[in-house]
Amino acid sequence: MANAIEANGLRKRFGRATALDGLDLTVRDGEVHAFLGPNGAGKTTTIRILLGLLRRDGGEVSLLGGDPWRDATTLHSRLAYVPGDVTLWPGLTGGEIIDLLARLRGRRGGTHDPKRRQELIERFDLDPSKKARAYSKGNRQKVALIAALASDAELLILDEPTSGLDPLMEATFRECVNAERREGRTVLLSSHILAEAEALADRVTIIRAGRTVETGTLADMRHLTRTSVDAELGRPITLDGLPGVHDAAVEPSGDGFRLRCEVDNAALNDVLSRLSAAGVRTLICRPPTLEELFLRHYSERTVATVQ
Amino acid sequence: MTTGSLTGTTALAKLALRRDRIMLPVWIYVVVIGVSANAYAFVKLYTTASSRAALVASARGNPALLFLYGRLNGTSAGALAAWRYGVWGALFAALMSVFIVIRHSRADEEAGRLELIGSARVGRQAPLVSAIGVAALANVVIAAVLCVVLPLLGLPAAGSAALSLAIGTCGLAFTGIAAVTAQLASGARAARGLAFGVLGVAFLARAVGDSGGAGGQAWLTWVLPLGWTEEIRPFAGERWWVLALPLALCAAGVGLAFALAAHRDYGAGLLPDRPGRPFASGLLRGPFSLAWRLQWGTLAGWAAGYAILFAVCGAAGKGIGQLVGSSGALEKEFTRLGGQAAIVNAYLASLMLLAGLGAAGYAVSATLRLRAEETEGRADPVLAGAVGRVRWGLSHVVVAVAGTALLLAIAGVTAGLGYGLRAGGTGRWVSHMLGAGLAELPAALVIAGVAIAVFGLLPQVSAAVSWTAVGLAVALNIFGQVIQLSHWVLDISPFTHVPRLPGGTVSASPLVWLSALAVVLGGTGLAALRRRDIGSALSGFPALPSPAFPVAGGAKIPSSARRERYVETRTGPRTALKLSVLLLVHPVLLRHDTPMWPFW
Repeated sequence: MANAIEANGLRKRFGRATALDGLDLTVRDGEVHAFLGPNGAGKTTTIRILLGLLRRDGGEVSLLGGDPWRDATTLHSRLAYVPGDVTLWPGLTGGEIIDLLARLRGRRGGTHDPKRRQELIERFDLDPSKKARAYSKGNRQKVALIAALASDAELLILDEPTSGLDPLMEATFRECVNAERREGRTVLLSSHILAEAEALADRVTIIRAGRTVETGTLADMRHLTRTSVDAELGRPITLDGLPGVHDAAVEPSGDGFRLRCEVDNAALNDVLSRLSAAGVRTLICRPPTLEELFLRHYSERTVATVQ
Repeated sequence: MTTGSLTGTTALAKLALRRDRIMLPVWIYVVVIGVSANAYAFVKLYTTASSRAALVASARGNPALLFLYGRLNGTSAGALAAWRYGVWGALFAALMSVFIVIRHSRADEEAGRLELIGSARVGRQAPLVSAIGVAALANVVIAAVLCVVLPLLGLPAAGSAALSLAIGTCGLAFTGIAAVTAQLASGARAARGLAFGVLGVAFLARAVGDSGGAGGQAWLTWVLPLGWTEEIRPFAGERWWVLALPLALCAAGVGLAFALAAHRDYGAGLLPDRPGRPFASGLLRGPFSLAWRLQWGTLAGWAAGYAILFAVCGAAGKGIGQLVGSSGALEKEFTRLGGQAAIVNAYLASLMLLAGLGAAGYAVSATLRLRAEETEGRADPVLAGAVGRVRWGLSHVVVAVAGTALLLAIAGVTAGLGYGLRAGGTGRWVSHMLGAGLAELPAALVIAGVAIAVFGLLPQVSAAVSWTAVGLAVALNIFGQVIQLSHWVLDISPFTHVPRLPGGTVSASPLVWLSALAVVLGGTGLAALRRRDIGSALSGFPALPSPAFPVAGGAKIPSSARRERYVETRTGPRTALKLSVLLLVHPVLLRHDTPMWPFW
């Protein structure tokens, strides 16, 4: 299978600061690839290099079979981009900008498929006759998203596309991305929200401080899909020896006991039945945030590899 | 207004004064120095009653001058000073007031800063009250300082007080008007536009009223504030009661603004934002049409301003000989400034120099649009399309170059028309002046070339460097010759090498090498643009913790968002530039034999 994006050992410095320090990223044709990392990890820098807006200091990169710096103009007619922080021309209307972005991609004299454009505008509930200066952050993001989704680009590069959308629109966005996948388009989706990646992505690349720390399918990364459990119990409990339970800690708290642990989703049922036997007073279950994963999982490993 | 709606006004006013700590003194300085330097010049230059009478007689016969400056109420030095700078001082005070009021009310609201403030312990009306308060304070300071300075220059105290109050109250009137437009419009830009519209109408109303002569519409000066400064008649039988008009307008405006503010939502205007097209027209199809769409409004404004200004100034050229002849010192200066024997030619050539310098300013602002598009993130979607760097760069450069040429052509044609219609030989003058205007084009484009080169090579300082280039050209070509700088220094400015037309000898070689220089500079900038990073700075990037030296436990994950985007602070260098130009100009203005007329 060919690769839409292939980056090896990508480096970029800004003055004395290192933004990318040997980043690897492989996005296969036709997949939805989540590009995860905490804020400041280098996601936007990577995307800007892929778009030919920044020049790499080192490493190899190919985009749709070409060099993103040298062949920027020709490659850009085959991709669509949604920036993380969408700023628009305040005097133009949303509708004008959607059409303009299509024309800038090189569709000579043409626009988007008008039916698809209209359908997306309705689904995202955007008023295209409003001037951009009157749009909220979410609405500006919708303009860029509609322009990208209505295009016939082979590759969509979306930089934190849902950061300004409300939950309803986020659901619409997920439906749209799933539809893109069915049509065989490649999507690179940067995010710092793990749940978004879980819901959409075929494969995931996780970066930290300018380096790739993990890449693969979500099934490969079962350790990322653990659930954090925090419970107050009436009686003490031991979960030792139970498969799929990690970092369990029990300590007395008030007249009862407090249990904290991480559980693989497959083992969740067993753990919960043991907990109820121990008399549950309060129970909080939640997926770990990306930041927690970085703190708990990757920090030691990074230290280890460096040392 | 409920109790508590004013909570926090003082704190907000202090914040506004802190934010305006440089611009506010500069505004006050500009108004005060403009009025007092002119007053000083008239006191020193026109010492005898007969010389003043000669000036008044020839000025009264020149409708263009009456249009530009106002009616002559008397023949004393004070009356002349009030004529020359009364309306214009009031105009500057009005501009200042509009800027201050909108900046601290509507612009803050638009930027979301007031939302932050509004959630704190700040009353509903506090931002508007503090904005009005700061503007009022600035006007009071202007009036008070002028009240002290003008008598020190040797003008009668009563007239000085009347002129100072006329200027200060005009500023107050526009404080009220701006407070109202801030409520009506849908945003800061529109609010400013509405207020400036009122100011423009006020200027035109009094200009038409003043220049119409006996059979004209003299009542027009009574309609709006700028005319009132003349009707107060400083130094010519002061009519103190007229001061009540601007004060009443100010009070009415402020009252209306509060009534309107109570009826509108945060962030919304009373005038609805008109819906635009839901589809792009066929004209908006690529980077060039986008650049045109973004810039045509500004260019149209410049073009209209140029047409009116140079038509009037050209028309004022008729009879310039008698006017200048009434002061021997001026005549000498004038001949030296133009460098040519004929005063009319020297005057028209100086006009074209002004047109060239102004056009260079336009060219720089149009070119720097590229940098604004880049730092504000709007270049990304264009460059992420199938648009090369050079094509994007050229899209705005073409507008800048064509616009500069258009402005200079307008300046030449309208000045030629204005002069020719009054002095005869219209067709000949129009073609002469068109050539004279376009002769300035290569020099203006050299300055634009500097802006393009810096934008390509050193984007972070592009605004500071290119505005400094404009400021330097202005300083050298307007004031440098007056203070008799050495020719070696004057040669730095491209405008020094342009033949002074009409009247001078035309030689093609400086025009050719200036054009070549402009092309080389522009080409260098565009070539550099192809090679550099877009949107990020080479410096100013906050250090990320290097993975080679992880903090214990690796817990320090940089969390501040969007550190990739570097937004330059553009107010800093610009303010510094304005200050330095002012400091440079300052001693020149105070020299009594300096021909501030007709430039100031």
